[in-house]
Amino acid sequence: MAAACTRAPSPPPPTPVAAAQPAAALAPDTAKTIPPGPGALSVPNADPFPSTYRPAPSRPTLIRNATILTASGPVLRNASILLRDGKIAAVGTNIEPPADAVSIDGTGKYVTPGIIDPHSHLGVYAAPSVDALSDGNEMTNPATPYVWAEHSVWPQDPQFPRALAAGVTTIQILPGSANLIGGRSVVLKVVPSTTVRGMKFPGARYGLKQACGENPKRVYATRGPSTRMANVSGYRAQYIQGEQYRRRWDKWLSDRKGDPPARDLGLETLAEVLRGNILVQWHCYTASDMEEAMEVADEFGFKVRSFHHGVEAYKIASTLADKGIAASLWSDWGGFKMEALDGVRANLALVYAAGARAVVHSDDGSGMQRLNQDVAKGVAAGKDVGITVSDEEAIKWITINPAWVLGLDDRIGSLEPGKNADVVLWSGYPFSIYSLAEKVWIDGAMAFDRLDASGRWRTDFELGFIPQPDGGR
Amino acid sequence: MFQPTIAFRHTRMTRPALTASVSLLLALPAAAQTIAITGGRVFPVSSAPIENGTVLIRDGRIVAVGANVTIPADAQRIDASGKWVTPGIFNSATALGIMEVGAVQNTVDVGARGKGDGITASFRAWEGFNPASPLLQVTRNDGITTVGVLPGGNMISGQAAVFDLSDSRSRTEMLLRAPVALIADLTSTGTDRGASRGEVLQRFRDVLSDARDFPRRRAEYERAQSRELSARKADLEALLPVVQGRTLLILNAERASDIQNALQLAKEFSLRIAISGATEAWKVADELAAAKVPVIVGALSNIPRDFSTLGARQDNAALLQKAGVRVIVNDGTDAFNARNVKYSAGVAVSFGLPWDEALRAVTINPAELYGVSDRVGTLEAGKDATLVIWNGDPFELSTRPEHVLVRGNDVLRPSRQDELVRRYRRLPADYRGRP
Repeated sequence: MAAACTRAPSPPPPTPVAAAQPAAALAPDTAKTIPPGPGALSVPNADPFPSTYRPAPSRPTLIRNATILTASGPVLRNASILLRDGKIAAVGTNIEPPADAVSIDGTGKYVTPGIIDPHSHLGVYAAPSVDALSDGNEMTNPATPYVWAEHSVWPQDPQFPRALAAGVTTIQILPGSANLIGGRSVVLKVVPSTTVRGMKFPGARYGLKQACGENPKRVYATRGPSTRMANVSGYRAQYIQGEQYRRRWDKWLSDRKGDPPARDLGLETLAEVLRGNILVQWHCYTASDMEEAMEVADEFGFKVRSFHHGVEAYKIASTLADKGIAASLWSDWGGFKMEALDGVRANLALVYAAGARAVVHSDDGSGMQRLNQDVAKGVAAGKDVGITVSDEEAIKWITINPAWVLGLDDRIGSLEPGKNADVVLWSGYPFSIYSLAEKVWIDGAMAFDRLDASGRWRTDFELGFIPQPDGGR
Repeated sequence: MFQPTIAFRHTRMTRPALTASVSLLLALPAAAQTIAITGGRVFPVSSAPIENGTVLIRDGRIVAVGANVTIPADAQRIDASGKWVTPGIFNSATALGIMEVGAVQNTVDVGARGKGDGITASFRAWEGFNPASPLLQVTRNDGITTVGVLPGGNMISGQAAVFDLSDSRSRTEMLLRAPVALIADLTSTGTDRGASRGEVLQRFRDVLSDARDFPRRRAEYERAQSRELSARKADLEALLPVVQGRTLLILNAERASDIQNALQLAKEFSLRIAISGATEAWKVADELAAAKVPVIVGALSNIPRDFSTLGARQDNAALLQKAGVRVIVNDGTDAFNARNVKYSAGVAVSFGLPWDEALRAVTINPAELYGVSDRVGTLEAGKDATLVIWNGDPFELSTRPEHVLVRGNDVLRPSRQDELVRRYRRLPADYRGRP
């Protein structure tokens, strides 16, 4: 636990790490040739708030004799995994223990990739839930593509260390669902940091939160949209402007003739969606709402990366498969409003069986701590209706599939050599209700150890307010 | 009549013809019927588990439980070999039956609306109970057989009842007992929104005093010669059995010091109380044990959701049990997932509550809390044949009930959710499951 202990107070490094570069490379509108400074032109910048995250110091670590669910191949029994320099160095049954590696006995235990939650409001709806920390919904306009969730994140939210203790290593923080277009998401590593930039996943692409259905029309009932038809016209009106803006800027960026067009923060975000650089994360419950969302996306030529909540995803599962849209779902939450009425526990399994990408998400700081249990519920409900989901496939619902939703499946989400060493050692079969995450590594550094409370991550807020987990008042 | 060799739940989606006929037969009353459940691992709760045990049922009641039970020749047998047999799971605090769609007011009958003073002790939660709620079947199918239906909202919310999930159209038939408790909220944010702790306590004292004195003052009151009382007549009368110590008062309190206030209030007025919420109960476990006050406590949250719940930790139930407090496990009153209370029990086990105590926490402990342990909560001769045959550990996520008996009737049926799945289960024609 020395790792977590030393990481907590360390100040952010002054310069972005090299890994932050890919995002810039993805964005053609980045003004690489125009240096910022006095008198510089104001032009779009794909990464104005770059990550300052640096992995904690780590030692080479070998977990041996464990059952390993890699999320990229068959279950490995009596196998080992070697973490070195923040990456996975080797996975298999024939790994020679390196002399310099810390050796951890995994007998009777399971190893999985770090869990990834693609739908969270940690930090933007922090605990304790008080108005002063309620920063998740900019409910002043039904379309707010100009806001960025990272500017609302409170890094001292005590929900962060609790998520880590449950094996969650990467989360997407989204704005709330009050607005048709809610704003940009941010992808965070679940690590201690004094400021949010120290948690940002280097080089992760932005997402854009959009919302269907009841929430926007309820929140804006008096000024509009107050109906689903106005919801749809609202998206379209925004993207009509976004498309004009994209063309204007793309033209100027290619020929650099005359004054640059006027900048607009919201339209910049929409233009980046239209260029394919920002991933659309769309909150929709019903089959009709999802279909209309897909129609709007087709009309303007952008892709929906994932529907979120999607309690009726099972009704259009083959369409989601055909379009390559992931379905980020709960296992069994529903019924709380009309658009959630048709929730069924077999949703995940039916989406999976149709060949679409099934993902478990939480939308909740408590549910986030049991995503493995949600998988088990979904698998069991599939079995009830004759759908077999193997452990190899089931683990993907909370690892490589959400990694794809975030556009990070080349770096995290599976245990393969070269990938980031985000790893969980479970006390037992991870789909049993009795199993807990025992040890968690992020980029090869041990970030949580259930068996050793010393040096455990406590947020600034917790000091004095919240007793140490090992006792005291 | 029973199909002992067929796992009902697993067949009902794929063999609708069989399912339909079974349902019809099972819907008949259990009159003059003898059923022997044999070969199972029986958890009577009142005594040690019995391997290869028998539960003998006649006319909807248990007549014998043991390893050497003589089985009458005319008994229908259910082979429970390799299965686990437990009392039906008791969800002690739910809005099941009084809430269908949370956001649709017309389906929500959880509490009294539109009364400003926060004292609605006369509100009877069971009068809003809807036996036709589709969520009842969803809940039965997960092995939940008995529910404490609790009112909510206001400072003194109203009166709770216990129903079993008999397959009945009649609320009266399903009702085991009412009222079983009055429900009240001592948290500073829950009721009288914005009131300080001292105000909330003083309000309780005013109301409880007036309730205690009301029988003596009734005549003055009727002649309009009484001073203004702190609550309506109906609410004071509803509180009378509480101040007489005859009816349980469940006080919602979270912060340790609020729980201590609840204990003090109980002492002042000689109340019989239980604590719900009880996030920081682990800090005052010894005091709760000494006062013999049971606690309804969750197992899922370790999140300091507000300044009253800063001490949230998931081994709360385990610490309380270890200190000698009677623990009932429950995580919130959501109707849609009233079925998930057994998973709360499982999570409590993962954080240190002994398994058999977790089973008690969702069977006999709530039954005793509400005074219905003569009917449910254990497998003992004389009690209702309200029990579940599981294909494994009832707390495990992969486990399914194969029979859910309420008063001897198997109540497993396709739920609304099962019908939706059947309608949309469009697998490829050659689908055989994936390796």
